[in-house]
Amino acid sequence: MNISNPAKASDFKSDLKPVWCPGCGDYHVLLSMTKALAELECRPEEVAVISGIGCSSRIPAYLNCYGFHGVHGRSLPLGTGLKVARPDMTVIVAGGDGDGFSIGGNHFLHACRRNIDLTYIVMDNRVYGMTKGQPSPTTEPDWDSALSPGGTGLSPFHPLVIALASGANFVARAFSGDIKGTSNMIVEAVRHPGFSFVEILSPCVTFRPEQREWKSAIHPPTVEPTDDPARAARRIMTDDGFNVGILYRGTRRPYRIGDGVASREVGDLDTAFAI
Amino acid sequence: MTDQTGSGRGISIALTGSGGAGVMTAGGMLLQAAAKAGFYGLQTRSVGPQIRGGEAAALLRMSNSPVEIHRGGFDILFALDWSNFSRFAAEIQLDETSVVIFDPDGGAVPDIVSTATKNLVELPVKQMAADIAGGRMNMIALGILAGAIGLSRETVIGLISDKLSAKGEAVLEASRACLDAGYAQASAVTSVPKLESTQAGDDVPRWLITGNEAAALGAVRGGIKFAAAYPITPATEILEWLAPALSSVGGNLVQAEDELASINMIIGASYGGVPSITATSGPGLALMTESIGLAIAAEIPVVVVDVMRGGPSTGIPTKSEQSDLNIALYGLHGDAPHLVVAPLSVADCLFTTQWAVHLAEAVQGPAIVLSDQYLGQTQMIIDKPAEVAFFAARNRVDKVDTDYTRYAVTADGVSPMAIPGMAGAQYTADGLAHSVSGTPSSAAADHHAQLAKRKRKIEGHTYGDHWAEIEGEGDVVILTWGSSTAPVKEAAALARTKGIHVKTVCVRLLAPLRVAALEAEIAGARQILVIEQNDSAQFYRYLRGHIDLPHYTKAFHHPGPLMLGVDEIYEEITREHRL
Amino acid sequence: MSAGKSPVGADIVDLAELLAHAYAIEVEAAERYRVLGDQMEVHNNPELAGLFRELAGHEEKHAAEIKARALKTGMAELKPSEFKWPGTEGPELAALDDAHYQMTPWHALQMALAAETRAFEFFNSIVESTAELDIRKWAGEFREEEAEHVALVEGLLEKYPEPEAGWSEDDDPPNMQE
Repeated sequence: MNISNPAKASDFKSDLKPVWCPGCGDYHVLLSMTKALAELECRPEEVAVISGIGCSSRIPAYLNCYGFHGVHGRSLPLGTGLKVARPDMTVIVAGGDGDGFSIGGNHFLHACRRNIDLTYIVMDNRVYGMTKGQPSPTTEPDWDSALSPGGTGLSPFHPLVIALASGANFVARAFSGDIKGTSNMIVEAVRHPGFSFVEILSPCVTFRPEQREWKSAIHPPTVEPTDDPARAARRIMTDDGFNVGILYRGTRRPYRIGDGVASREVGDLDTAFAI
Repeated sequence: MTDQTGSGRGISIALTGSGGAGVMTAGGMLLQAAAKAGFYGLQTRSVGPQIRGGEAAALLRMSNSPVEIHRGGFDILFALDWSNFSRFAAEIQLDETSVVIFDPDGGAVPDIVSTATKNLVELPVKQMAADIAGGRMNMIALGILAGAIGLSRETVIGLISDKLSAKGEAVLEASRACLDAGYAQASAVTSVPKLESTQAGDDVPRWLITGNEAAALGAVRGGIKFAAAYPITPATEILEWLAPALSSVGGNLVQAEDELASINMIIGASYGGVPSITATSGPGLALMTESIGLAIAAEIPVVVVDVMRGGPSTGIPTKSEQSDLNIALYGLHGDAPHLVVAPLSVADCLFTTQWAVHLAEAVQGPAIVLSDQYLGQTQMIIDKPAEVAFFAARNRVDKVDTDYTRYAVTADGVSPMAIPGMAGAQYTADGLAHSVSGTPSSAAADHHAQLAKRKRKIEGHTYGDHWAEIEGEGDVVILTWGSSTAPVKEAAALARTKGIHVKTVCVRLLAPLRVAALEAEIAGARQILVIEQNDSAQFYRYLRGHIDLPHYTKAFHHPGPLMLGVDEIYEEITREHRL
Repeated sequence: MSAGKSPVGADIVDLAELLAHAYAIEVEAAERYRVLGDQMEVHNNPELAGLFRELAGHEEKHAAEIKARALKTGMAELKPSEFKWPGTEGPELAALDDAHYQMTPWHALQMALAAETRAFEFFNSIVESTAELDIRKWAGEFREEEAEHVALVEGLLEKYPEPEAGWSEDDDPPNMQE
């Protein structure tokens, strides 16, 4: 594949055809990511997109860059290891709400507080699609399904508040259908130092067809992003869940990665054992 | 008990105490003093469950030739008090020749001790310490023991000065006074063996090291530059040693939130081209198994050191057991060929871990290193190990001409790996079954081709002579692995002195099993013993599954926490010869 | 949404920028139809796969014509964020979220009609607001082309009546993957 310089959005698309249902919000996210990477003037070989398991976690193979489609729930540790070992790479971790907030929930908390310079994109459709429509941590409590008849009755997980409380340095919400807004937000997230979290509301047209109406529920924020987590938390706790925009831009120091410079020879490490 | 193997047997000492008496520190100093004086030795420990102040036993064996295990009974038991002594009774065997030193202030002598030996020496250690400003019982005990076994006062004082100089002159002076008080009482301890004078140490450089330290050093020598760490007994020391060491050689260690994270962090780092390791114990290995399978499917080299402890579940975290063999071999779902190696001694933790790094990188897959609590936490004086040339050398793509296929089917099964950053070779590593390019595929042909190449690269690798350590010739063949090697070797040596021809085959490469080589080693054997420390004879059953073992092959095994003893193995070898 | 106060087509300053927009409209529309064609192929709707690819072919032809025009005037090199679209993406892009694996030609042509109409309106807004004579002239020509496309799609729609209710029924449940 011949890559123009700087690379165009279409240069970031692979030849593999997605298996996503036509109408799925993840097609928009794929498009937004290619646009964002072009906007960032990245080279395909300098970007790695890391995912877990689920519909949206198929995204690395649809992009022309380095990718890793790992096991369920562990994309953040994979991305963390890669970024610490290879700080020269632009690392984007991507996946769904089940992968990120249920089986991978603990990693989400610790990735936020570790504050490594990477971007985490969650395509939130409030359902497990690959296993045919079970409620996820972000599903509404009264959503009826075969696995939880009559609804789970559980209070939904609030990704933005939890990211904020756990120490993420950049917190934003986007809507997949707003390609320009989403790609701008990814650009800002990648540029912002430390751990950047972007929740993208991405409708599942197969198991949650009512989410096709999200596009009319979405509205932009009425205030500017803040660097005050308390203010950000108040705002996000009182919104209707369809408020898109950058909520929080923090100034916490990112995780310190070694500079790769050796101060000792490997051969000198055994001196401590000599009698 | 001093006459079984001659002068190499040396001296065994148990020092016990509780409530912060400092027996581990005193034991460690005694071992270091012996090291300075040119002797060999080892120290293990046995402790209660308390974080601080619990009962503890420092168990030492010192000799003028290398020793790797405790050997039968103890020559000296020094009990600062008798709190919960029963906890250690099974590990501290005493007989009529044992000398027991104790403080009459420390309670009544337990029956189990007074019935074993009449050589009881009362010394008012507590009072002696109280008479010295800043005096401590453990330093008095150190003086008594060092004097009793013939270590020079100058050696011990020199060591104390090095160790305690940072604590200030007052502490140092108090310690010196305690040592002198101890040395003054040493003559009360009679009829114990002395450390015989030795030339060892003059020409051979020696180290004082634990297996965990040796494994960590081996990892870095092998080229490891990234580690992820989640603390777990008894593996934590590997990670704690690696943290500053990796940083000093330009690498990184990240503390993970759990073992699920640590295994995936090292897979991510290694995907980035950086050789990576983690260390854990059984519970952590159980959590990691799904992702070890990912490293197999996605063909990412990683090293996982499992410092085994008693299981299942939380089991006995502070005691050794070789009971994780089955999970290491069979714990992964799907057809998942991978490397499993086991160090054969404390010193061999260095070689085997370094070799594991080399092998993992060469075959682009995970290697599990089965160390154990005994190897990992025993502090041992060893000859400085020879340096070996095994180093991480991954088959990387250096140039891309056409469409790059990450999982190309090659003759040896190893596919050249593109490292992120390389233009034109972008691919997605995948745990889903995939085609040669890495794109998901459930086609039978793709699945079969990838399974076959992954098996081929492991089975077909050239492992050389390192797959096992083989000693002796004869029609009695003992097969063993890991930390059971030391008692097996010592028992075999004992049997040879009785004219029994014993060959020991101590297997380092557990998977892939070198079937043909093993069959050659047992060909013509009249007696075959398979020896290991677990309840279910895991190694024996593994061998049975792969090798047509003769019907008379016998398994000798028992679970932890007690180590396999030289005497019981010797009994097993000689049983048939008495018929 | 996020478009807010950002610049729109009326703010286009010269012919090079206008051509960049006109060219991007056609290229992106073609890419979008190819994405939809691929979706239909993967989901075993060959009639629609063929239709979307035919539409893509038209757009590619127009793109080539615009590129030829630009040989004289030059074409601005714009980053994705520098385009002055009135909405969240180019006006002639078929809406991805209106796709359905069982959609019929009527649905596809409705998508195309909406896209062509938005493109017409985009150029129309430039014609009506720009002060530059040559921009107005060229935007007017592009507007007329889009009007022809609208008429073409409307003509095609006469052959394909709206499907009856139940067109999206599927007796089989969705499939489990991972």
